[in-house]
Amino acid sequence: MITRNEILETNRMIDDMNLDVRTITMGISLLDCADADIDKFNEKIYNKITTYAKDLVKTGDDLAKKYGVPVVNKRISITPIAIAAAGCETDSYVSIAQTLDRAAKKVGVNFIGGFSALVQKGYTESDRKLIASLPEALAVTERVCASVNVGTSRNGINMDAVKEMGEIILQTAEYTKDRECIGCAKLVVFCNAVEDNPFMAGAFHGVGEGDCAINVGVSGPGVVKKALEEVRGADFETLCEQVKKTAFKITRVGQMIAQEASALLDVPFGIIDLSLAPTPAVGDSIAEIFQEMGLAEPGAPGTTAALALLNDNVKKGGVMASSYVGGLSGAFIPVSEDHGMISAAEKGALTLEKLEAMTCVCSVGLDMIAIPGDTPATTISGIIADEAAIGMVNNKTTAVRLIPVIGRGVGQSVEFGGLLGYAPIMPVNTYSCAPFINRGGRIPAPIHSFKN
Amino acid sequence: MEKAVITVLGNDQVGITAKVCTILAGQNVNILDISQTIVDTYFNMVMVVDIAKANVTFEAMGEELAAAGDAMGLKIKVQHTAIFDAMHRI
Repeated sequence: MITRNEILETNRMIDDMNLDVRTITMGISLLDCADADIDKFNEKIYNKITTYAKDLVKTGDDLAKKYGVPVVNKRISITPIAIAAAGCETDSYVSIAQTLDRAAKKVGVNFIGGFSALVQKGYTESDRKLIASLPEALAVTERVCASVNVGTSRNGINMDAVKEMGEIILQTAEYTKDRECIGCAKLVVFCNAVEDNPFMAGAFHGVGEGDCAINVGVSGPGVVKKALEEVRGADFETLCEQVKKTAFKITRVGQMIAQEASALLDVPFGIIDLSLAPTPAVGDSIAEIFQEMGLAEPGAPGTTAALALLNDNVKKGGVMASSYVGGLSGAFIPVSEDHGMISAAEKGALTLEKLEAMTCVCSVGLDMIAIPGDTPATTISGIIADEAAIGMVNNKTTAVRLIPVIGRGVGQSVEFGGLLGYAPIMPVNTYSCAPFINRGGRIPAPIHSFKN
Repeated sequence: MEKAVITVLGNDQVGITAKVCTILAGQNVNILDISQTIVDTYFNMVMVVDIAKANVTFEAMGEELAAAGDAMGLKIKVQHTAIFDAMHRI
């Protein structure tokens, strides 16, 4: 029998500490929609998505009511379009993005991810078309998220793609400069992208996945922060133990919701992604966890160690709680989506270089960072190359989601609204890396990739 | 048996328990356990109920109780017990 204290503890987590199921993401394969005629392809993907996901939003909402825990987002991930649409005889994939946007609106999900290409070792013609379509596709759609994987630990880094993505990010910003360059907030450049990530903007449904799967992302930085208040001043063993126990409880809720969603929708359960994902709300912040651990501001010396122990113990608690933990599982450090990170960046406590160091030990990378609009494309490529190198050498996922804010510079800010928050424009090292980026070709896979 | 937990939070006043119990009786929901505390004037009640023979859907049950709670300035929440089992029992 559950005790009164246990009931009240769960409800305090939900009501006062922002415990929620951040997303139920339905992964849908579009491989069977291939068609040489792009109009027919668009019709097939629209029909498949709107059929498979027709009850997704209602199911999420019903589960939220049944268990009294918010299910914040209902989303869809799809087979990377550069693969699914490879047979289409066309020059541009913009109409596909528009179709995905219509499908997302029809079923009521707030994002659909998978307008993506995987080019870690080279480009197909389809990859080229997709990447060239990105700036316009992200400008004319609202809910479509895109990603490009430019490197893996097994394959090395495609530096041609790194160079091109610097240019594409700037073009995407230019295409949406009347809307705070929002296009760039929907575009992620990955190294070691994962195939079952339910979180946006980097979600896609990998080719090794089945026809359809339910992946669930749980969150709860506020719960971790409150739990750490109870062990203020205690040693690291106690601190780590507290993070682990909390992560376990949070993940158990996600596991239960995922299994039930999977049963109700009659779709196989994929994975639980236990990621501490902040929102701009007070009490839902990774920065507050750092402060509770004893750092005056995120960015202070010790921040990388704090993030490393947080990330590791979140995983340790999470794997015990679910049969299938996957996705990115760890801690996200998006600047614009966390009020404590925004404030630290505004004060100068948190710099781009420190964020880069932090990405060595967190679950993703340089995320939702606004930079000056006059940053050269090669410099953006240099930042992508650095992140990809960290991911490649450390066998982890890294990502770059930068927003060059056209017409604005350091000291100004950009306001996205909603979950995407706002961000101060951060200074970027102004020394050139253009000759390095312009070399072209591939960086070979690191020595420790040869594990066979 | 299918169990749910009802939590009632708010300022103490005459008739809270009576009101909740009357609604539950109308819904054919059986009360298994009630525990309540009052700290200063703050009322806090946790009920465990059996909803197996309820004559309304889970959603309708929650909405009727929440509406009654709103009218009395209370927060009434109904949750399936599986969430507590998942979090606190291995």
